[in-house]
Amino acid sequence: MATALSERPTRAMKAGVTTPGSGPRRRGSRWLTINRWTPYLLILPAIALELLVHVIPMIVGIWMGFIQLTQLYITNWSAAPFIGLGNYKVALDVDSSLSQQLFQSFGVTLAFTILVVGISFLFGMCASLVLQRSFRGRGILRTIFLIPYALPAYAGIIVWKFMFQRDNGLINELLVNNLHLTNDPPFWLIGDNAFLSLVVVAVWQQWPFAFLMTMAGMQSIPEDLYQAAELDGAGVWKQIRYITLGMMKPINAVLLLLLFLWTFREFNTPFVLFGSAPPDSANLLTVNIYSSSFIQWNFGLGSAMSVLLMLFLIVVAGLWALWNRKVSRDA
Amino acid sequence: MREQLSFKIFRWVVLVPLTLFTVVPLYVMITSSIKPLVDVQGAFEWWPSTITLEPFVDIWSTVPLAKYFVNSLVVSVCATIFSVIIAIFASYAISRYRFRGRGAFSGVVLSTQMFPGVLFLLPLFVIFVNIDRALGFTFFYQTWLGLIVTYLTFTLPFSIWMLASYMDGIPRDLDEAAKVDGTTAIGALFRVILPAARPGIIAVAVYSFMTAWGEILFASQMTNSETRTLSVGLQSYATETNVYWNQIMAASLVVSVPIVVGFLILQRYLVAGLTAGAVK
Repeated sequence: MATALSERPTRAMKAGVTTPGSGPRRRGSRWLTINRWTPYLLILPAIALELLVHVIPMIVGIWMGFIQLTQLYITNWSAAPFIGLGNYKVALDVDSSLSQQLFQSFGVTLAFTILVVGISFLFGMCASLVLQRSFRGRGILRTIFLIPYALPAYAGIIVWKFMFQRDNGLINELLVNNLHLTNDPPFWLIGDNAFLSLVVVAVWQQWPFAFLMTMAGMQSIPEDLYQAAELDGAGVWKQIRYITLGMMKPINAVLLLLLFLWTFREFNTPFVLFGSAPPDSANLLTVNIYSSSFIQWNFGLGSAMSVLLMLFLIVVAGLWALWNRKVSRDA
Repeated sequence: MREQLSFKIFRWVVLVPLTLFTVVPLYVMITSSIKPLVDVQGAFEWWPSTITLEPFVDIWSTVPLAKYFVNSLVVSVCATIFSVIIAIFASYAISRYRFRGRGAFSGVVLSTQMFPGVLFLLPLFVIFVNIDRALGFTFFYQTWLGLIVTYLTFTLPFSIWMLASYMDGIPRDLDEAAKVDGTTAIGALFRVILPAARPGIIAVAVYSFMTAWGEILFASQMTNSETRTLSVGLQSYATETNVYWNQIMAASLVVSVPIVVGFLILQRYLVAGLTAGAVK
């Protein structure tokens, strides 16, 4: 997304160069502006849908955070009392048990996100690096690695759920009967182990995307850079360090941000693994919001929590943009 | 190209664990789908004691899977078609025109990527109910149309971004040539830009279809027993008394195979689209 914004000046410059000039060029600029409403007509459908499905619901959602929208008022919104920052106070009051649970949930989500993004990125990068040069079996491995990404999320997660079953799952069969590591088959979907399971499943689903993006990025590095380095006597490791990793910086920055934003609001994995009541160790914010809204019918509180989550992500994206600008200015 | 031994070792250190990690769940899915129910209820067996195709027959009667399949198909196909058409127009405007509000539009579209789906879910649910109430007819709430509109909007931001970047890579000389031939701007879009942007368009279509086919959160609240999609329907194989793991695996396989095959055939376009989009 940063690329889309940062390239604007260059294009504006190009346009500035082409507009003044002789006959056909002037006709050219008129041709594009023949009807100045054309671009607006082109984006109109997109705007209408964004308004209906994204922008208006978001405004309504933010407003909902300020009213006491519990099950008593769900059929008649206008009667719900306006309580200002009341929901936020409930959510952020350090003494209340609900807010402690919310902070715990935030911590779990942050730890989950950092682990999943880090591991997925590492896996994707390593796989792209070793698959960059052609060798026998490269094509088939590339295909296999992309399957989890193509698989519908619920199908992949449900298989893992089966593998994590205590009595009839593959993991415990492997640990207890094949490797004899323990005699007491552990529970994987309740208690503290649930966090580990959640991370494993999320990485399994996320890393192919990191692989796809880094692979796409490496394909666009000009081959002659490597040839030149080869002539200078640089080995594979030096080429990776000075050419590949250097050229990959911009795409890695975008990839890490996207992975962070997507993982932080991950809903499918915990929802399919644990349902709407996950164990404390795997209590991600999104599921927390879902259950306070749709299970406990406290929509006002759910909305306030969503807004807090959103503000956090905006801060993260803002810091990223600042950092990204500084890096590209220094470069 | 010369390769050091250390790099060759590194390659296998990376590839072997990653391949196992990726393949084992797929293996479990396939082998469990041809096991009799007793096999999946006891301790896990690496190899089926008897091979049976019964789960593939039973999945259609335990749960109205065919209905869910049709629902998912209708919703995903429609969402994809409309999303692609709308994204083509919007990204053409962004790529080829300088207009007031262009930056704001791009900004709003991309910032929607940041917001948690749960935040939209409830207001959208209420907005749909109210529109229906105002019109006196269920247009949106728990209907195909409601899901289609929701999914296509979800995929729009990323699609517009990817397609606009792809179109930026198409030389303007092509537009100029079309212009010399006397076409209008919209004519140039259809005759020149669309054929040249085909890989980008396919990439966007693949992305939209996969998003709609796999979505769970909105499907869980915005459908009823008639419009339920696969993502929610698949969970009904777990009943109070029995969890039909073999049927769950068979059903997962059935709903995954078409999309995985389609993806693998079209993946090179997705890579091309992403390359144009992300690498500048």
